[in-house]
Amino acid sequence: MTADTPLIVEAAPRAETFTVKRGMRLKGGSSLGWLFSAPALIGLLVFVAIPIVATAWVSLRDWSGLVSPFETEYVGFEKYNELLFADGVRRTDFALSIRNNFYYVLFVVPIQTTLAFVLAVILNNKFLKGKGFFRTSYYFPSITSSIAVTLIFVFLFQTSGAINAILPFETINWLDNANGLFHNVLGVIGIEDPPVWMVENEFMGVTFWQWIAGPSVAMFAIILLVSWTSIGTFMLIFLAGLQSIPESVEEAAKVDGASTFQTFRHVIVPLMKPTIFFVLTIGIISTWQVFDQIYATNFGGPQKTTITPAFLIYFQSFRNSQASLAAAIAVLLLVVIMVFTFTQRRLIKSTGDV
Amino acid sequence: MTVRRVLGYVVLIFFALVFIFPFVLALASSFKTLPDIQANPVQLWADPQYGGWTLDGINGLNTQSVRIPRWAINSTVVTVIATLGRVFMASLAGYALAKMSYPGKQILFALVIVLLAVPPVILLIPKFLILKQLGMLNAYTGLILPLMFDAFAVFLMKQFFEQLPDELIEAAAIDGASAWQTFSRVMLPLAAPGLIALTILSVQGIWNEFLHPLIAVPGAPELATLPLGLANLRASFGEAQPWNTILAGTLITTIPIAIVFFIFQRYFQQGVAATGVKG
Repeated sequence: MTADTPLIVEAAPRAETFTVKRGMRLKGGSSLGWLFSAPALIGLLVFVAIPIVATAWVSLRDWSGLVSPFETEYVGFEKYNELLFADGVRRTDFALSIRNNFYYVLFVVPIQTTLAFVLAVILNNKFLKGKGFFRTSYYFPSITSSIAVTLIFVFLFQTSGAINAILPFETINWLDNANGLFHNVLGVIGIEDPPVWMVENEFMGVTFWQWIAGPSVAMFAIILLVSWTSIGTFMLIFLAGLQSIPESVEEAAKVDGASTFQTFRHVIVPLMKPTIFFVLTIGIISTWQVFDQIYATNFGGPQKTTITPAFLIYFQSFRNSQASLAAAIAVLLLVVIMVFTFTQRRLIKSTGDV
Repeated sequence: MTVRRVLGYVVLIFFALVFIFPFVLALASSFKTLPDIQANPVQLWADPQYGGWTLDGINGLNTQSVRIPRWAINSTVVTVIATLGRVFMASLAGYALAKMSYPGKQILFALVIVLLAVPPVILLIPKFLILKQLGMLNAYTGLILPLMFDAFAVFLMKQFFEQLPDELIEAAAIDGASAWQTFSRVMLPLAAPGLIALTILSVQGIWNEFLHPLIAVPGAPELATLPLGLANLRASFGEAQPWNTILAGTLITTIPIAIVFFIFQRYFQQGVAATGVKG
C-alpha cells in the first residue's frame, strides 16, 4: 500500500543548502518565505499557540466565563487546590473523572491495539482472498462521525435494543447502569458487600471501593464503542508496518527451522516494535481526551460514572460558569497525558523486547 | 494448514459482520415504524404486522427542532470553505518550510511540531474567549475560520514539497518566473497527490468535527453542523425517542463521507498508513 507511493519521505539533507545557494535567493530574498508562511502562522498563533498560554493564565484567576477575564481577580493556585486538596464536590468530581478515564484507557488501549494487530496479521497473509473487502469494512467505522456512530451504538445498547436481543443473557440495562464491572464480577462469585474499611475510607473524596470497582457498565458500553471505531485505523497502521518487513526475513527464519509462532514471536513482533510503540502512544493520548462519545451517550451519567476530565472541562466552563476551574482541569489533564506517555515510553524501553 | 486458513476466514468474516452490521441495521431501522423497531430490534426487514416499510423517519427530519436539511447545508458550507482555506494556507507554509530559506525558519518548524502535539480539548476555553473577543461567536466566521489552521496540514505539505527536486525551482527562475509563479504554476501541480490526500483527510475531519462547532455556535441552533445538531437531538425528545428519525439523521451524516471514502479510498489509507510508518 505504501511501498510504491510513500506519502512522507524525509528529504535528502542536501536540498536545504542547495536552495540557500541558488534557489529562492535569486528572487525576492528572505521576506518571501515569511510572506508565504504568514497566513498559516498567524492562524496557528491565534487559535492554537496563544490559547495554550491563555489556558494556564485563566487557571490562575477567578473567571466564571461570563464577564471579561481581564477584570477578574488573580487567585494563584486556588483552583488547583480545590481540585486536588480541598474537600468538596469539585475534588470528588475531578477524582471520579480521573478514575473513570483511567479504566477507560486501561480497557480501550489493549483491546484496540490487540485486535488491530491480530486482524492486520491475518490480513497480511498473501494467499488471502477478498483482502480489499475486509480491509475496507474494518476501516469504515473510523471514517464516520463520532456522534453518528455513538447514536447508532446507543440505539443498539438500549434495553430493548439489538445487543440485548442477540446476547443470551437476561436483559441488561447497559446505558443507565452505574455498577462497576469488577463489582459485578465479584457479585457473581458471591461477594456482594464490599469490606467495611473500603467503604469508610476514601481518597480525594472517592471511597476505596469506588476506586477499584472498575468502569461502570455504561462506561463499558462506551469502551466497546470506541474500540470498535478505532480498530480500523490502527489495523491500517499495523498493516503498513507489516508490509514494510521484507519477505526474505520471514523466509530466513523458516529456513532456520522456526515454527510459524516462533517466527511471529521472535521475528515479526520485534520488527514491529516501533509501530506498536506508535500505536500505543497515539492510543493513550487520544483515550485521555475522550469527549464526543461521553457527551452524546449519557452526558456524564449515570451517577457521574462516565464523566471524564475532557467532559468536565466542557461542563464546568460552558454549563456551570466555572471557566477558571475548567482551565485548571485542562492543565492537569495535559500533565496526566504527559506522565502516561513518558511512563509507557519508559516501560517499553526497559523491557527491551515487547 | 487448511484448518488454519478456514479459521482465519472465520475470524475475518466475524469481524466484517461486527463492523458493518450496525450500519446496515441503522439503515433498515430508519425505514421501520417505531413499534416495529421496539418489537424486532435485530430484524433487517419491516414487519407488515407493524405497518411495514415507512417514511415516518424521513418525514421527521425537517421539523421545528430537527433541522437536518439546514444542518446539512451548514456542514457542507463549513467543510468546503474550511478545507479550501486549510489546503491553500498549508501549501503556502509547507512550500516555504520545504523550499525557501529565511531567518527563523527552524523556529517556525519547531513551533509547528509542538502545536501538532497539543490536545484540542485543552484549548476549548481560550478559543471560546478569542472568538468572543473577535466578535465571531455564533457566526459562520467563527465556525469556519479556526478550522482552517491545522499544524498537521502544514507538516504534511512540507513533507510533500520536500520530495520535489530543487532543479525545478531553478529552471523556473532561469525562465524568469516569479516566486509566486514558480509556486503556483510549477510546484503546486507537481504536489497534486499530496494536495488530494490532504483535501480528503481535511474533508473527513472537518465534516465530522464536533468539539469546535459545540463551542463556536452555542447559542445558534440554525448554525449547527450535522454532528452538533445530532448530538443535541436526543435531549430534545423526552422518553419516546423517534429512533427511525435519529438513525436516518446519522445516515445522512455518514453517507457523504462514505461516498468520498469509496471514491478516494486509496488516499485515505495511504494517509493513515504514512503517519504510522513515519512514527
